[in-house]
Amino acid sequence: MDFFPHRHLLGIKGLTEQDITLLLDRADEAVKISRQREKKTSTLRGLTQINLFFEASTRTQSSFELAGKRLGADVMNMSVSNSSVKKGETLIDTAMTLNAMHPDVLVVRHSSAGAAALLAQKVSCSVVNAGDGQHEHPTQALLDALTIRRAKGKLSRIIVAICGDVLHSRVARSNILLLNQMGARVRVVAPATLLPSGIADMGAEVYHSMEEGLKDADVVMMLRLQRERMAGSFVPSVREYFRYYGLDAEKLKAAKEDALVMHPGPMNRGVEIASEIADGPQSVIEQQVEMGVAVRMAVMETLLLSQNQGPRA
Amino acid sequence: MTNSLVLKNLRIIDPSRNLDEIGTIIVENGVILAAGKTAQNQGMPEGATVKDCNGLVAVPGLVDARVFVGEPGGEYRETIESASRAAAAGGVTSIITMPDTDPVIDDIALVQFVQKTARDKALINVYPAAALTKHLDGEEMTEFGLLREAGAVCFTNGRRPVHDTLVLRRAMTYAREFGAVISLETRDRYLGADGVMNEGLLASWLGLSGVPREAEIIPLERDLRIAGLTKAAYHAAKISLPESAEAIATARKRGANVTCGISINHLTLNENDIGEYRTFFKLSPPLRGEDDRVAMTQALADGTIDIIVSSHDPQDVDTKRLPFADAADGAIGLETLLPAALRLHHNGTVPLMRLIDALSTRPAQIFGLDAGTLKPGAKADITVIDLDEPWLYAKEAIVSRSKNTPFENARFTGRAVATYVAGKLVYSGQPL
Repeated sequence: MDFFPHRHLLGIKGLTEQDITLLLDRADEAVKISRQREKKTSTLRGLTQINLFFEASTRTQSSFELAGKRLGADVMNMSVSNSSVKKGETLIDTAMTLNAMHPDVLVVRHSSAGAAALLAQKVSCSVVNAGDGQHEHPTQALLDALTIRRAKGKLSRIIVAICGDVLHSRVARSNILLLNQMGARVRVVAPATLLPSGIADMGAEVYHSMEEGLKDADVVMMLRLQRERMAGSFVPSVREYFRYYGLDAEKLKAAKEDALVMHPGPMNRGVEIASEIADGPQSVIEQQVEMGVAVRMAVMETLLLSQNQGPRA
Repeated sequence: MTNSLVLKNLRIIDPSRNLDEIGTIIVENGVILAAGKTAQNQGMPEGATVKDCNGLVAVPGLVDARVFVGEPGGEYRETIESASRAAAAGGVTSIITMPDTDPVIDDIALVQFVQKTARDKALINVYPAAALTKHLDGEEMTEFGLLREAGAVCFTNGRRPVHDTLVLRRAMTYAREFGAVISLETRDRYLGADGVMNEGLLASWLGLSGVPREAEIIPLERDLRIAGLTKAAYHAAKISLPESAEAIATARKRGANVTCGISINHLTLNENDIGEYRTFFKLSPPLRGEDDRVAMTQALADGTIDIIVSSHDPQDVDTKRLPFADAADGAIGLETLLPAALRLHHNGTVPLMRLIDALSTRPAQIFGLDAGTLKPGAKADITVIDLDEPWLYAKEAIVSRSKNTPFENARFTGRAVATYVAGKLVYSGQPL
């Protein structure tokens, strides 16, 4: 087994090209398992996985749950509603309680940036970041990369346009890091109100027009725009946002003819993406969901098995 | 029959080319073919109307970047049509109308309404400014992209300042992408909130509460910082104090893309004119002291202040025939913009070239209007001025539908005697 020198997956930052390639290769194998009739293996039999979700999530949580179960682990879900969580101390208290139950991996989602890293310092098992605030969402970036690699055969030297609410998006940050690490060209396309300051130095070319930003793109990655950010605060209105930044057939024409259309979900149809595009031939949004399970299987397997075999990071 | 016009033997002042010479202007089909000395020897279009304008001055039609109208919602005070007649009489060929109407111009359909009404009824060019925030309440930004496509030339919160710095930052950041200029008045929310005139000795004697200078300067400094942060194009619509002009100059040195304007009232009147509670002199910002006025004429002369506006704001008896503190702010000014500005020429404080620049070329540049120049190929918006005609602005002669002028029965020297919009005569004060 190839060596993976990390105990946790807290972010894409810190992963080398080799690390990422290893995870993606292994995820390719996991896809095969998911497509068999017999989907259960015994790779992680006897190990315990706890999904600790401080932020409501249906798809990510079920994706992690399924990944663990297909590897034969015992999976427990803990949804901690935001209202009952106060601040740092409670987060750590919860973690220490769970730690006493001897889990082998903790999958954590939290609304605060850095929450997963904080937990990782306190518990004795592996931690997988399933999204921390506006910081990172590494498994999403990995599943996006897997989807692209399977469709395009490579990640290097392709042009990926990430469009929409980059400012609030952990998905965008993880994707920018991963795609740069793999040698892709990353663009961000958004109104300036939805871009973080210093974006030009984050490894992305900045565009404010879809037509220019999508020109010759191999991949168009749309981001979700939260409802509360539409009415006059970050953008004036839904109709103006859709007019300038919503992906429709007209705007998609600027991209390459075989460009992939991606979205991390859940989608706002008619806000950031037109239905005809979301359901159209270029859309790989459903494949992304399938790859999500595979990538999470690969991550869990890699972390837990290298923990037993390799030296600890 | 060609649609052409020749104005002969006049002094042509065109700040867009830094040109000041005796010459001829040739216009055909609404467009300037030639304007200057060389045009004198040029052949005239056949069948052209030729006018000898010996002793007169021609300048690019004036552009007034801050005009309040009553339409829609307050047509009894001023309609787009009546404002356009007042403008034509004052030598103004383009106006930017403020969104402070009822309803507020914060939607595409309303921008289109202003444009359609202007197209059907106005004698001059009318450019709508759209609201920066919905209902002008300073909270949610409007659809800059769509409004701009519909024809809004800039975004402003009209008479109402924006207090929320976060809203301002986002609006400026967003506007930058659409190349939209944000034009704002600054007035602190609390400081001098109940003030009705310049704070100082005079206000104290009159028993009126004052607006301190800082009420203008503090939010202006704040806006300029945000303009620097966001790199937006910011226009301080109506400054009244030398400290404000200094703040603009300093922000420019820091690299901010900022410009500013002043109302003609603040260049030619001072707080003493209020006399015994004359409400037509109740303005926002308030008229300041004489030292401030003099300093502002200097700032205009040296170019720190970019443009002069009329800040035409028609008010009727219902809002002006009240105790001073209860009366509305504002004065009409389209007809007196040029004559009052010419006082600064006659008393030698501001060169005529700079004056015309501030009244025409510069505002057209700032707001991206097709105006402010007499270059060949430009639209033939021309104001012909008699610099030396003495006259009296009598109440009966006021063209504007509202009569709240601070210049009632004022004596002026010089006025527009003919106003052309796209080569068409829209006003002629006396036979040419």
